[in-house]
Amino acid sequence: MFEALSEKIQEAFQKLARKGRLSEADVQQALREVRLALLEADVNYRVVKEFTKRVRERAVGEEVLRSLTPTQTVIKIVHEELIQLLGEPAKLDLGGTPPAALMLVGLQGSGKTTMAAKLAVYLRKQGQRPLLVAADTYRPAAVAQLETLGKQINVPVHSEGTKVAPPEICRNALRKARREGFTVLLLDTAGRLQIDEPMMAELEEIRRVINPREVLLVIDAMTGQEAVAVAEEFNRRVALTGLILTKVDGDARGGAALSIRAVTGIPIKFMGVGERPSDLEPFYPDRLASRILGMGDVLTLIERAEEAFSEEQACKMEEKLRTASFTLEDFIEQLRAIRQMGPLEELLGMIPGFQQLTKQLPAEVTERGLVVTEAIINSMTPEERRNPKIINASRKRRIARGSGTTVQQVNQLLRQFNQMQQMMKRMQKGQRGRGMGMMPWLR
Amino acid sequence: MVTRSKNFRSGLAKTRRSFFAKIAGLFRGNQITDETWEELEMLLIQADMGVDTTLELIETMREEVTRRGLKDSAQMESLLKDHLVALLEQVSRPYLPDERMLHVVLVVGVNGSGKTTTIAKLAKFHRDRGEKVLLAAADTFRAAAIDQLKVWGQRVGVDVVAHQPGADPGAVVFDAIRASQSRGIQVLLIDTAGRLHTKHNLMQELRKIKGVAQKQVHQAPHETVLVLDATTGQNALVQARKFSEEVGVTGIVLAKLDSTAKGGMVFAIAQELKLPIFFVTVGEGLDQLVVFDPRAFVEGLFEENSRRLR
Repeated sequence: MFEALSEKIQEAFQKLARKGRLSEADVQQALREVRLALLEADVNYRVVKEFTKRVRERAVGEEVLRSLTPTQTVIKIVHEELIQLLGEPAKLDLGGTPPAALMLVGLQGSGKTTMAAKLAVYLRKQGQRPLLVAADTYRPAAVAQLETLGKQINVPVHSEGTKVAPPEICRNALRKARREGFTVLLLDTAGRLQIDEPMMAELEEIRRVINPREVLLVIDAMTGQEAVAVAEEFNRRVALTGLILTKVDGDARGGAALSIRAVTGIPIKFMGVGERPSDLEPFYPDRLASRILGMGDVLTLIERAEEAFSEEQACKMEEKLRTASFTLEDFIEQLRAIRQMGPLEELLGMIPGFQQLTKQLPAEVTERGLVVTEAIINSMTPEERRNPKIINASRKRRIARGSGTTVQQVNQLLRQFNQMQQMMKRMQKGQRGRGMGMMPWLR
Repeated sequence: MVTRSKNFRSGLAKTRRSFFAKIAGLFRGNQITDETWEELEMLLIQADMGVDTTLELIETMREEVTRRGLKDSAQMESLLKDHLVALLEQVSRPYLPDERMLHVVLVVGVNGSGKTTTIAKLAKFHRDRGEKVLLAAADTFRAAAIDQLKVWGQRVGVDVVAHQPGADPGAVVFDAIRASQSRGIQVLLIDTAGRLHTKHNLMQELRKIKGVAQKQVHQAPHETVLVLDATTGQNALVQARKFSEEVGVTGIVLAKLDSTAKGGMVFAIAQELKLPIFFVTVGEGLDQLVVFDPRAFVEGLFEENSRRLR
C-alpha cells in the first residue's frame, strides 16, 4: 500500500533536493505536488487542505531558512506532520473482567468476516482463548463462511443459524463464553450502510446488551472520499474505539484511513495485509509515515524476521557463518524462513532506499528465483547439500532433471553459493564483503 | 424506458442530495470568480472524480466560459452537465448486443466489491426477460462462497453448477459450459473469486478461466464485466486498468450506489479506459439492478438541483 503516494511525494522532493537553497516558490511548488498526490490517494479534501497549510507555515518559516540542508528539513516536517495525521499507536483494550467482547462493524464487503478470523489467530498467539460469534444473519452463507474459517484456524464458532436475532445470538455467546472460560469474544456483525436506520439500530442494540471493550470499524483501504462520512456516522451511532484497515496488500493509497483518523481522532489499530489468516499487522503511524516517504521500515522487517527465526536458530546460524561451515542445507532452511516472512518484494520495500529498486524487479521474477533455488537444492542428496564439492557433471545432470531446471542453472547456483562462502571467509578475516549483490536469491 | 429512468433516479436520490445539491448552491446566480472554480474543483474531487479528470474538466470549462464570455455562474450548470453527459455517452453501448445461442458472461472484481450479489441480480434480470439462465460457481477459494451463490440461485430460481471448495475454477467453467449446451441455456453467468488486481498469480488464474470459455464457445466470454464498489475511490481506476490489461474487461457494473458514495470515478474510467457502464445496483433487493443510462444519470443529478434551486 501507499507505494504510489510514496512515489509521487518522493518525486516532488527529488526536485527540491537538486537545489542548494530553497526559495518560497520552490517550497510552494513541492507542496502543490504533495497536495495533488494526497488527493489522488483519496485523502479527504478538507484534511489535505489543513495538512498543506500546516506544512507550508512551518516550511517557509525560520526553521527551513536557517537549516543547512533545507530539503531534508522540509521532508522532516512532512514526516512529522504525517505522523501527526496518522496519530498515536494504539493497542487493543482487553482489560476488565473477561471475556472482553470485540465488535466488528462496517459496510458490506469491507472484510469483517475474514478480519474476525485473523484477529482470532492473532489473539490466540497472545495467549487468549477467542470465541468467534456469527452475528451476520443476513448475507447468504455468512454464517457458513465464519464456520469454515473457524475450522481452518481451529477456533470455536458460536452460531445459531439465521433465524435468531443478532443481539440475541451475541447475548447467548457471551453466556457461553463466561461458562466455558473464553477470554475474548469476536462479534462478526453484518455489513450495513451507515444510513440504513433499522440496521444501525440493531448495532446499537448489540452494543447495549454486550457492552463490548472495543467497537472496531473495518474499512476497505480502497474507500474513496466517502470514508469520513461513513466513519462519522458509525461513530455517532455506536461510539467506535478503533479502525481496522483491510486489503492493504493491494495498491490502494489508503488516504481514506488517514482522513478518518485525522477527522474523527479514532486510532487505526490493525491492517489486514493478505489472504492468509496470519496476514494481520498492528498499525504503527511512524513506520507508515516512513514508508510513505520512502524511508523504509526496518522495524517491521526485524519483527517479521524475529517471528520467522527463533533465537536458537539465529545463534546457530551466526555460529555457522562465523566458522564458515554454512552448508546448502542451512541455506535452504534460511530461504524457507525468509519466504515465511512475506513476499520478497514487500520485504525489500522495507529496506531504506530499496523501494525504487523493488519496482524494477517484476514480482514473479524474484519469487520465481526463490522457487527455482529451492527446487534445485531439494533435488540434491543430503550428502551433496553438506558437501557440494562432490557434485560432478553426472550429479549435476541428475539434479537438473530432478528439479526441472538446466545444468547451467545448477552451475549458477553452485557458483553463487561458492562466492557466498568466500565472502563469509573474508568477513571472518575482517574484510568487508560486497554486500547484497552477492546474495544469490536476488539474482 | 421511462420507468427505468425513474427507478434509476430514485436509487440515486441519496447520491444527488449529498453532492450535487452543493454544486447547485454553487451555481446560484453568482459571478464566476476564482473561488467558484476552486469550489467546483473541491466538489468534483470529493465526488471521487479524480484529480486528473477534475482538472481537465475545469480547464475545458474555463476555456469555454472565456470563449463564450459567460459571466453568470448559473450558466455553468448546463455547461458542466453537457460535459459530463458527453463523457459517458462517448463510451456507452448496449450490454450483450449480439444474437447468440449461448451468452457467456464472466464477472470479475476485487474482494468484497459485490460480485456474487450482482450475479444474483443479473440472473433475475435475464430470467425476467424470459431467458434460461445458469450460474457457475467458479469462486472455489473464499470460504462458503459456493453456498452463498447456491442460496441466491434458489431465491432467483436458477440452477448453479458447482464443485467442491478448492476445486479448479477452470474445471467448473468447463462443466458449466457443457451443462449450458446440453440444457439449452441462453445466459451463463460465471462467478469468480475476488482478487486484488495486484496478485499476479490470481490474475493468471482468471486468464485461464477465460481461456477455458474461449475454447468451448465461439468468441466467449461475450462480456467480461468488472464489478466496482461505488464507495471505492481512485483505486477503482487502477482496478479497471489492471483487470482490462489482464482479461479484457468489456464493461462495468457499479455496485452499492445506494450508499452515500458518489460514484464519481465512473467519469475517470470512461475518460481513460473508454469502458461502458452497463448497470448500477442500488439496494439489497433482487430487482435493484438498473440499466445504466448516461443521459438519465446526469439529467437526474441536475433535476434534483433545479428543484432545490426553486
